[in-house]
Amino acid sequence: MADRYPDYDVLAKWDSPSFNDKTREILHARMKLLPRSKHLGEARVATLARLVQRVTPQPEGRAPANTLALVIAKIDADAGDGFRPAGLPRVRAAWQCALDAINAEAREGHGAAFADISDAQADVLLKALSEGQLHGAAWGNLDARTFWSWRLIPDLVSAHWAHPSLWSAMGFGGPASPRGYLRQQAGYRDPWEAEWEHA
Amino acid sequence: MIDQRHDTLDHTPRCGDGRAPDPLVPAGWLPMREYGEDEVDFVIVGTGAGGAPLAAKLAEQGFSVIAMDAGAFFRPLEDFASDEMHQRKLYWTDDRLVDGDNPLQLGANNSGKAVGGSTIHFAMVSLRFRPEHFASRSKLGYGVDWPIDWREMWRYYEEVERMLHISGPVRYPWGPKRPRYPLRVHPMNAGAQYLARGAKALGIDWTETPIATLSTPIGKAHPCVYRGFCVTGCSTNAKQSALVTWIPRAIRAGAEIRDLAMVGRIETDASGRATGVHYHRADAWHFQKARHVVAAGYAIETPRLLLNSANAAQPDGLANSSGLVGRNLMVQLNQAAWGEVDKEVRAYKGPPSLAISEHWNYTDAGKDYLGGWTYMSQGPLPAQWARTLARTRGLWGQALVDEMNRANHTVGLKMVGEVLPNEANRVTLADETDQYGLRIPRVTFSYSDNEKRMMRHAVAFMKQSLEATGARDTWDQMDDTCHLGGTARMGRNAATSVVDADGRSWDVPNLWVCDGSVFPTVGGVNPSLTIQALACRTADRIGALARRGEL
Ligand SMILES: Cc1cc2nc3c(=O)[nH]c(=O)nc-3n(C[C@H](O)[C@H](O)[C@H](O)COP(=O)(O)OP(=O)(O)OC[C@H]3O[C@@H](n4cnc5c(N)ncnc54)[C@H](O)[C@@H]3O)c2cc1C
Ligand code: SF4
Repeated sequence: MADRYPDYDVLAKWDSPSFNDKTREILHARMKLLPRSKHLGEARVATLARLVQRVTPQPEGRAPANTLALVIAKIDADAGDGFRPAGLPRVRAAWQCALDAINAEAREGHGAAFADISDAQADVLLKALSEGQLHGAAWGNLDARTFWSWRLIPDLVSAHWAHPSLWSAMGFGGPASPRGYLRQQAGYRDPWEAEWEHA
Repeated sequence: MIDQRHDTLDHTPRCGDGRAPDPLVPAGWLPMREYGEDEVDFVIVGTGAGGAPLAAKLAEQGFSVIAMDAGAFFRPLEDFASDEMHQRKLYWTDDRLVDGDNPLQLGANNSGKAVGGSTIHFAMVSLRFRPEHFASRSKLGYGVDWPIDWREMWRYYEEVERMLHISGPVRYPWGPKRPRYPLRVHPMNAGAQYLARGAKALGIDWTETPIATLSTPIGKAHPCVYRGFCVTGCSTNAKQSALVTWIPRAIRAGAEIRDLAMVGRIETDASGRATGVHYHRADAWHFQKARHVVAAGYAIETPRLLLNSANAAQPDGLANSSGLVGRNLMVQLNQAAWGEVDKEVRAYKGPPSLAISEHWNYTDAGKDYLGGWTYMSQGPLPAQWARTLARTRGLWGQALVDEMNRANHTVGLKMVGEVLPNEANRVTLADETDQYGLRIPRVTFSYSDNEKRMMRHAVAFMKQSLEATGARDTWDQMDDTCHLGGTARMGRNAATSVVDADGRSWDVPNLWVCDGSVFPTVGGVNPSLTIQALACRTADRIGALARRGEL
């Protein structure tokens, strides 16, 4: 479904008072980040790329988000969020094991890598994963459902909605410093906010 | 680069050479007194809502004070981006394990790591406890009494409200009379308007939220510009965090701040008295001698530090003869109701909680559970909202993208609900160690039936309020929590508490706790004003004890 803010682009405010230098600096670095991993290897990156494509689809008619690159960076840095369920390994180890296990499930079920099965097959497999119904040997001690809700979903979703294309699509104001907003009441907007296009 | 914990700030302390950053001026500095390794009167571990006011008020009384924080010393005007991911640098992201029936989400949700502590990314709601909640056992029949009378706290609340220039309503609808708030209220955003309309429709009181962000410029600080990124840090300095209020005051009064200084252990001598702290800074371990040590690391790191400081004489952890260090961990319930409305809400604008109702914090009748709760309007940012939708409603793929794209028409109400003390909810040490070689905390939490009943009532009520304003397709967010408390509770005797009313350990007379972990109960409002009021009280009490020669 195309979004309701086709004429709106957060990045059009790049040189406006809505963006400060720090925000420009970090967004610039983020948007040019490439999906290169020191720790995952080709097969796992391919599996992860497919996961990103199915779980966090690209916005229609907008510059694609580099979600894969951001997730890889997080995994490579082994950067945790300050909590993980007892039994779930640290970020990198958990992802390595899960990517192998997801690929093994695809091979077991469809005789092909997760990156190569059909969209429908991939989605069925992911649904089973989200419901805790995958128990292949490759999971080892990793609980698939815990991985899904405490690692996979937060990591993918946080990376995806860190990209300006996704902000534009939802009509989010985006960066707002030093200039914030004047009109806060229901039904009002400032000229530098997105305009909802009635279908 | 994904800016995770290897930001350069993480490695290079800014405080030193006789100066500390001026948080209100880009590239600015404040002259700062330094004590080197000489023995000081007080070393304070943590500079958040508890540690920062204590540092300021002890230094003003002439004590020599060093306050250490594991986090960085930021200048928000130049260091903060308008960005959820980048601002991860404000959170405590070191390893912690969570378990129990309802494992807690920590990090961004309730744990800061910076000079200024969690107040850098807090939502600024600044409420006084309901008076009866200081004595819930004797007045309401549950929990445990505080060793402090509410009237005394009322005076300290006033001191903190003035210091933080709280903006609030002329007349507050609940509880005993209170003085006027120092600054006028902020204009309400759409979320607040929906709360107000719902409350009117249901016939209960509501008000503009007393909130710690400026509605008028004061000194070098700008007024709030309603940019809405409050929970990722305020880049305009309108937010009255500890960083821009108490910390400069502490530095001017002669306190030394040591940023990026992680305390790993409190040292004790043969007589069991604390002698100082071992801390890690600039890639090496150091020892700071002190006549008094204050733990102010909040409800997970404070008990972790006490447990990690066990010695031959106190093998179960420092100050733990009661066995209560780490026990009675409380959070607050943070369940929500959401719905869709015709008008655009654009919840990303303004501080997230500009209107509030304490009706169910002050009303005891008509409940099938114990304890109180407050509810307020909400304004989630995109990534947080996406995680909420994915987690609560199981959305992913195109369904998630489509729902995200409806966000501007979504309105929500969120509770802050009282969790009762329960010894089984606790912080212990896991066998794994962190980057400093210190054992990491394991945080165990499960809801009791009482809490489940409270959240059911609250969510149903908030939904009713939303529907009364025309919201459609309402749904519940049942699994969120906020704010920590407990784990080193204060009380009237050594058997049933860790510290006394002044925050002084019963077991180790020169060891103190001054943060949210001393709460015996958490009440039905957000905790930061109470933590700061208690810190002011502790500072006064230390002065009084010193004058009597009882320190
Ligand atoms: C997103 C969010 C929103 C919130 N909103 C509100 C709100 O609207 N209203 C409200 O009243 N409260 C709110 N709170 C809660 C409030 O911020 C906290 O309750 C309060 O800051 C806790 O104060 P504290 O001093 O106990 O700990 P903190 O403020 O967390 O400070 C503890 C400090 O100690 C440091 N530290 C810990 N261990 C060590 C160690 N071993 N060595 C060195 N340093 C150490 C940490 O780095 C940290 O800086 C919110 C919190 C969050 C996270
Ligand atoms: S809305 Fe106000 S308090 Fe919040 S971040 Fe913006 S300026 Fe700061």
